[in-house]
Amino acid sequence: MTAASEVESSYERQDGDVVAGPARRRGPRGPLVAVPVIALLVAAPLVLGPYPVTTMTRILAFAVLVLSVDLLTGITGLPTLGQAAYFGVGGYTAVLTGLHVTSDAAVQVVAALAAGVIAAAATGWVAVRARGIVFLMLTLAIGESVHQVADTWKAVGGSNGLSGMPPISLFGGPPIIAAGFVYWWVLAVAIVVFAAVALVARSPYGRTLRGVRDNEARMRALGYRPTLARFGVFCLAGGVAGAGGALWVSQARFISPGDLGFEIAALALLSVVIGGRGSLWGPCLGAAVVLLVRDNLSAYVGGHGPLVLGCLFVAVVFLVPRGLAGLTAPTGVRRPAGPAGAHRRESAS
Amino acid sequence: MTNSLAVRDLKAGYDGTTVLDGVDFTVPTGTVVALLGRNGVGKSTFLHTVMGMVKPYSGSVLVDGRELAGSPAHVAARHGVAIVPQGRRVFAPLTVEENLHIAAGHKHGLKRGRSPGREPGRWTVARIYELMPRLAERRSNRGDQLSGGEQQMLAIGRALLRDPRLLLLDEPSDGLAPAVIDQVAEVLAGLRGEGIASVLVEQDLHLAFRLADEVAVMQKGRIVHRSSTREFRTDRDRAHALLGVG
Repeated sequence: MTAASEVESSYERQDGDVVAGPARRRGPRGPLVAVPVIALLVAAPLVLGPYPVTTMTRILAFAVLVLSVDLLTGITGLPTLGQAAYFGVGGYTAVLTGLHVTSDAAVQVVAALAAGVIAAAATGWVAVRARGIVFLMLTLAIGESVHQVADTWKAVGGSNGLSGMPPISLFGGPPIIAAGFVYWWVLAVAIVVFAAVALVARSPYGRTLRGVRDNEARMRALGYRPTLARFGVFCLAGGVAGAGGALWVSQARFISPGDLGFEIAALALLSVVIGGRGSLWGPCLGAAVVLLVRDNLSAYVGGHGPLVLGCLFVAVVFLVPRGLAGLTAPTGVRRPAGPAGAHRRESAS
Repeated sequence: MTNSLAVRDLKAGYDGTTVLDGVDFTVPTGTVVALLGRNGVGKSTFLHTVMGMVKPYSGSVLVDGRELAGSPAHVAARHGVAIVPQGRRVFAPLTVEENLHIAAGHKHGLKRGRSPGREPGRWTVARIYELMPRLAERRSNRGDQLSGGEQQMLAIGRALLRDPRLLLLDEPSDGLAPAVIDQVAEVLAGLRGEGIASVLVEQDLHLAFRLADEVAVMQKGRIVHRSSTREFRTDRDRAHALLGVG
């Protein structure tokens, strides 16, 4: 290898530790699976009691946060521990809107989304200049800083958080108190967000993000500015996480610094790994697995839910390295392990 | 004849070391200049410096009269410089079609006015398929499912979709079987008459002599010889002295 090609490879190695899944096209079976799944989700409150419905509501809100992590980690190749910060910003914005402005849930979601975008834009400009482990650490620092602010700032309740948020309403209607109706609202928004993220992932911009993930130096040579592309998706992911925060509080009607701490950030990233980075539905499934193990299974194993999650993580890494979504890949189809793997094949050819 | 590329006293390297030690080099518009030399003399570094992937210590890089020395790669790309890198570097997880559309898509963005002065693009994905029908057959295959020759054609197609005025080719025959090299050579020969100035870094002298109008030889980071291809081929003693062949 010449010195020059070493330099180019070093550009590419900068995010070589980011293992990103392949770009996938949904085949014709995609809608065939999606329609019954959505139908089942819609029908759930008709057959389940309030507690499981409340659990599913939390899972949906958390899945929206996980989608934002997947947008960065899976699609763009930027592993992040900072999305919980924007999730929290969105949650606080929604609660403050509910307390002081309106109980309209749609307004709260839009306000939270905007707050997430603004917070991401304000903090992301520096972060997106880094890649790999440096980016991960910068996002961790952002997350911890926002957590610290929420924990100490009296205007947002400090460590006690914000409570007393009135029940949500929709378009001037009566307060929505029943768990099933809140669930349907959260489900509707989650589906819209999922569809929007899927559209972005398949758009020319999504193709650009995958190109930046796989070979940044080459994208630059094609006239792109990878930093701008990363900044754009960072803001977008901030907005998605913010919307997730609004959905979270629409059911809980309370938020505290614990909802945007390191644990939430780590669980979101864990959900992406378990579900399969780069696939959008896989991480959503991962979100369900993670929350169910932490909050429900934990009671049956003497409160050792985190231990089970740790074992699950190790098992997934070794047994299904592409996550739950990888289980549906047709056998015999070669898929890259990520940028590093891709380059090995290129040089071998 | 005007020069598409005019490089003056270019010095560059990595982490303080000097690889290019005062390169003077020109490429007249519409011609192909082969840049030859032994391994490690700085040929790829030269291409990467012109492309903006390596920042020069000093010197001038004029592309169609515009100074690009020290400009980042995306600026060079937007001013008509394209590179076909050694080892192809196609986007392995993306299909052939997606690889091409990544290049074409951004060009369309330019046409919307981000870079005034560029004429509308002449190369389209359809035209790339016309030039390289094999890519059309493989349009739905992923980059890592292609043979080395197909990857090379894809890399060339991707560069052409930038509508280059200056094309930098870094060892297009690298790692390819002789029959495949012929196919790639046919594609590159087919570009004659397109008005694209090219710098061809190549170890395969037969391919270089077949494609190039002129030959330049680099030693220790400097250009030590420049002549027409015909003249270089007939002077076997000089070729032997400069390249150890002949």
